[in-house]
Amino acid sequence: MPSVTYTQPDGSQQTLEVKEGTTLMRAAVSNGIDGIIGECGGQAMCATCHVYVRPEYADALPGMSDDEDEMLDCATAERLDRSRLACQIRIDAELAEIVVDIPPAQL
Amino acid sequence: MSVVIIGGGQAGIQAADTLRSEGYGGKIDIVAKEAGLPYQRPPLSKDYLAPGKQAVPLPVRGPSFFNDKDITLHQSVQALAIDRVQRKVQLSRQSLDYDYVVLATGARNRILDCPGASLPGIHGLKTLADAEALHAALPGARNVVIIGAGFIGLEFAAAALAHGCNVTVLEFAPRPMGRALTPVMSDWFADMHRSQGVNLRLGEGIDRFKSATDGRVGAAVSTAGVSYPADLVLVGIGVEPNDSLAVEAGLETSNGIVVDGSLRTVDPAILAVGDCASFPSVHAQARLRLESVQNAADQARHAARTILGANEPYAELPWFWSTQGPYRLQMAGLAGPKDDTLVLGDKTGGKFSVLCFRGGILVAVESVNMAGDHMAARRLLTAGAGITRAEAESEGFTLKAVAKTLKVPVPA
Repeated sequence: MPSVTYTQPDGSQQTLEVKEGTTLMRAAVSNGIDGIIGECGGQAMCATCHVYVRPEYADALPGMSDDEDEMLDCATAERLDRSRLACQIRIDAELAEIVVDIPPAQL
Repeated sequence: MSVVIIGGGQAGIQAADTLRSEGYGGKIDIVAKEAGLPYQRPPLSKDYLAPGKQAVPLPVRGPSFFNDKDITLHQSVQALAIDRVQRKVQLSRQSLDYDYVVLATGARNRILDCPGASLPGIHGLKTLADAEALHAALPGARNVVIIGAGFIGLEFAAAALAHGCNVTVLEFAPRPMGRALTPVMSDWFADMHRSQGVNLRLGEGIDRFKSATDGRVGAAVSTAGVSYPADLVLVGIGVEPNDSLAVEAGLETSNGIVVDGSLRTVDPAILAVGDCASFPSVHAQARLRLESVQNAADQARHAARTILGANEPYAELPWFWSTQGPYRLQMAGLAGPKDDTLVLGDKTGGKFSVLCFRGGILVAVESVNMAGDHMAARRLLTAGAGITRAEAESEGFTLKAVAKTLKVPVPA
């Protein structure tokens, strides 16, 4: 089973085993990972599941829609090159051991 | 100290979360009517019903949340009464003492009252159980009739169309989503749904349902006397606030549980938030009740802070969204039917915003497939930027460019 590692702003890490096809947001919310809210239920409407994906996984990520791009522009924490909305990233074999950093704020 | 939260939806869970995360150390009980883990409702009428999607509810918080935060979740339990003198909430098998009650009881679907309205095959959509029933019924459905062209009805219309069904929508009013949208946006969505193949009948309500030979619903007869074949019907004619507990406890209600700016009822130990609360809106300059995730979550945070001693009036900017087929509608602020409107962007191409002005000042923005405009509008309206129509009409104006000049934090 693929795994996802979430890194908190204080550096602490939690690793979850995640079924293929699950989004990074759903896995986090379902497992009580602090700092990922997903208030709109995964519709890329609220920008409260902002994460920074570690650069080594960048090539394996799905493309970014215009909507996601525009929502990220307005996320609460600073947007970086590696910013994504966790609700838009489904875990597949290529992302089997992905590591993401959680920004200091979502609201 | 003890807080009893009645309602296990987005508002109830958020109130508990904010109480804990902002330092409240007392007892928290959440009384939830439904079984299972509290789940998010917005996807139920959208992704959840799309063809080929796995139908797995998204929890509002994971199962460990309640233990981790020392919050007691009473599942499948109804609050029966509030004793304001003894300060007890009566449940079916026990009572809970309280210092504060947060009413987050939500709303229930308005019931259609016409001949045949209880025939098998006629559905509502509010709960996970409702969505599961529709998810199971859609792949086998052929002729779908939807009563009511509100958000739920039209989101469902798009889903049913994607399943290859023939879709008819009956709406008594002259415009779809007319209560929430400007006429220009409402008309655009009417045209869009028709061009996708929805038979949208405006100014035509439901008169009665006829049963098929198998005893299930077979047709919907409209107020125009037209009979539309139907093997699956969705009724989406709005909701009513769950305010009976408040009424029985002697609290004031008027299209919802009446609260003041701090979200307290007339009894300062009882607050109300979300779909069930009628509150004084600084944005509408009127008392109103809103049905949205934003309103539920922001009011819950606010009520928690009121309990913790804050005394600010609730003033968060309302925002809302709907997805209908390939179009994402986002609204910031509250549009009024008489607002002066200005369209920016490509209406024909389905990528545009409607700016709403009242007294010459920007008060609301509706956007289709323009997330950047929406987020910029939220920032501008929250900051009270006071954009005039003349500014918005000037050469090169964009909401995003103006929002970038603001030195205010991004709204939640």
